[in-house]
Amino acid sequence: MAPRIKIPATKYPVERLTLGNGLRVVLSPDRSAPVVGVAVVYDVGIRSEPEGRTGFAHLFEHLMFQGSENLEKLAHFRHVQGAGGSFNGSTHLDYTDYFEVLPAGALERALFLEADRMRGPRLTEENLRNQVDVVKEEIRVNVLNRPYGGFPWLKLPPVMFETFANAHDGYGSFEDLESATVEDAQGFFDRYYACGNAVLSVAGDFDVAEATAMIERHFGDVPARPAPTLPDFAEPGLDGERRESYTDRIAPLPAVAAGYRVPDPISDFAAYLPFAVLAEVLTDGDASRLVERLVQRDRTATNLGGYLGFMGDEYQVRNPTALLLQAHMPPGGDAGKVLQTIDEELDRLATDGLKPGELARTQARMATRLLHDTDAVLGRALPMAVLELQRGRPGLLNDLPKLINEVGEEQIVAAAATLRPEHRASVEVIPGASA
Amino acid sequence: MKTLPDLLPDAELHLPRESERTLPNGLTVIAIRRAAVPLVEVRLRIPFGRAPLAPATLLSQALFTGTSAMSSIDLAAELQAVGGSLAAGNDPDRLLITGNALADGLDRTLELLASVLTDAAYPAEEVGTERERLVDNIQVALSQPAHLARVALLKRIYGIHPYAVQTPAPEEVRGVEPAALRELHAARVRPAGAVLVLVGDIDPEQAIDTAEKVLGGWTGAGPDGTISATPALETGPLLLVDRPGSVQSSLRMALPGIPRTDPDYAALSLANFVFGGYFSSRWVENIREDKGYTYGSHSLIEHFVAGSTLLAAAEVATEVTGPSLLETLYELGRIASLPPGEEELEQARRYALGTLRLGMSTQAGLAGLASMYAGFGLRLDHLREHSAALSAATREEVAAAAAKYLAPSRAVTVVLGDAEKIEPQLSALIAVERSAE
Repeated sequence: MAPRIKIPATKYPVERLTLGNGLRVVLSPDRSAPVVGVAVVYDVGIRSEPEGRTGFAHLFEHLMFQGSENLEKLAHFRHVQGAGGSFNGSTHLDYTDYFEVLPAGALERALFLEADRMRGPRLTEENLRNQVDVVKEEIRVNVLNRPYGGFPWLKLPPVMFETFANAHDGYGSFEDLESATVEDAQGFFDRYYACGNAVLSVAGDFDVAEATAMIERHFGDVPARPAPTLPDFAEPGLDGERRESYTDRIAPLPAVAAGYRVPDPISDFAAYLPFAVLAEVLTDGDASRLVERLVQRDRTATNLGGYLGFMGDEYQVRNPTALLLQAHMPPGGDAGKVLQTIDEELDRLATDGLKPGELARTQARMATRLLHDTDAVLGRALPMAVLELQRGRPGLLNDLPKLINEVGEEQIVAAAATLRPEHRASVEVIPGASA
Repeated sequence: MKTLPDLLPDAELHLPRESERTLPNGLTVIAIRRAAVPLVEVRLRIPFGRAPLAPATLLSQALFTGTSAMSSIDLAAELQAVGGSLAAGNDPDRLLITGNALADGLDRTLELLASVLTDAAYPAEEVGTERERLVDNIQVALSQPAHLARVALLKRIYGIHPYAVQTPAPEEVRGVEPAALRELHAARVRPAGAVLVLVGDIDPEQAIDTAEKVLGGWTGAGPDGTISATPALETGPLLLVDRPGSVQSSLRMALPGIPRTDPDYAALSLANFVFGGYFSSRWVENIREDKGYTYGSHSLIEHFVAGSTLLAAAEVATEVTGPSLLETLYELGRIASLPPGEEELEQARRYALGTLRLGMSTQAGLAGLASMYAGFGLRLDHLREHSAALSAATREEVAAAAAKYLAPSRAVTVVLGDAEKIEPQLSALIAVERSAE
């Protein structure tokens, strides 16, 4: 075995400030390429949707692009792209993000656009009806018209969780979407889109003093509004195995996903982190435990993945969350057998420990992925914004390679020992289409 | 009323220096330093034109299953130990190996790559596993509307040309034995004409020296893989492909395309952006933001070595499939008949220029660009020429390109969806022919 390679870390600078109105700001300058990434993250997501309004957080994300105080419908898109940039937004369980990446000379324009919709989007009946239609098409593309649509992120939570907040469909039912009103949207904005409930983050090619002045200029007069009290979404863990299945009428082959609860990602990060490493030990590449066993040796699975957080946002999620394993199977594949083999391999890991070099190489690959992601300005601006929002610690992004590298074998073994079948929820896809 | 801040003018386009050397074995190595993170990106393009489809596809999936000295698991573990990962894929022109690693692991990554290039064993057991996985993955692809629509469109536009079929049928893959992979590898996985691109926190000359040392033993020339030029598009009735039970229709159009080096290319690129090539295009603003028919539509110029095609795609609600086609034909007709507005063109121009800069701002983006260009015989300095051409294109030139390439009369159209529900809507607008399959 080659000598252990040194795990490098990034040293991106991190400047934090808070405006008079309560808006938190994170700045991370880097002059290596003439581009900037701008992210605004609001502390509201799918888990905060009221009953009867499934899918509302995501629908509202669409409405934030439909014009604002000084901007007509379509203007936001045109101004970002007309500055040579790209944009998007996304809705997660615990937050909603909006972001742009642009040539450096467009920074002030991006700040203007974000500030304008933070003051107030144009919530009209016409825009609402238009975006309900668009979101329905989004659901058709991503869920209804494609095999394995919504698997497992929409299918596993209702098996794992009890409360509406944690278990409901984040894309929403057509019925709920269609019955949404402009009043609902205004209420949602008033409650959750307060500047005290948001973080602005900028990464890339800018001068800190100049950017700070621009931020004051554009965001300084956004009316101060405090953040609502964050509810506790905690619920007890499973006290027995849960297994469910459903038929996917388009899918040609079976699949299965399993979830196990993990420690609180925020308040108990030291206990949570080993699970992130464990997921990679189990599933990263052909030399990983479960891929070697299930895909290469037993051929009971064709593809296999493991990760934390239902949306793969392992360091941007709050409690409760889960370690997920998912496998696609060959024709006639047996989900029960796959789960049983996973149990065997977890037992073996918990009993015999890791093989020489197994942990180090997993950590090296995790470092590469983190570094790769942070090479993009948005790969810094976005996670730093969420880390500030949820932890007040944007610099954690720089520390992650080192922290991951410090996870020891005994922690991996202890984590594996908790992944018991009696704490597992699983959902199986039964193919409804012949292969 | 607040006013929109002005844009600061872009700094002059700064292209990173490309170091390049063609080794005695015919492999060209291009190395670029971008040191923002301590990684290195690896791209290796090997000419693969006219390689038999099923063996070529399985070869790309089974390339890393072992050498005479190492099992697939050894290879994966050794790569992982330096933070590395390598994977292969193929298209009708190329075998492409893609990966990255910690910068300190470059030498080891290249050694492992070399061992696979010169000594891939294709062990029967592992090939069997990869063959079944590939068959399963193709089965899943065949249940995806986007894949099925592309299959139908490629067949419709390329006819008997080699580009017509780009995914092998499951039964063809089932018949590929390891011996066929060894044979194909021996004949085609050769350094002559191949291009290796390395981008990252590296000293370019030193990286090339390493590549020369490690890959020098990889030798041999491949046979002529030249593919004849793609045929001109033949228009005709809309091809309707039935997918009973679809809750959306997949609308696809092909229009004439041109290579990046064509004098009309910058003007056509701009015309395409205005029509449907980005979110702020007429097509998206019409069928999504005004009418809510779709989650998204997009058009782009797709390049293969033997020809380029302009493709437009949208997934639209079943009940508005006809109206969506109507609006699409309307927007094509409008861009082909009337010059774009001045502000509209400037917006598209700034987008085109800006995204070029964004695309080269990461190691992976730069590596992808350099490798893709190299696959067409170009180098990064082509970005400078293309930027200049984008800056210079006039409204008249853009209008002329649109009239020439984007006219609806030149479109080949394929729609996949629930034929019973959509055929009456479509045939009210255009001649429709049902797919025989």
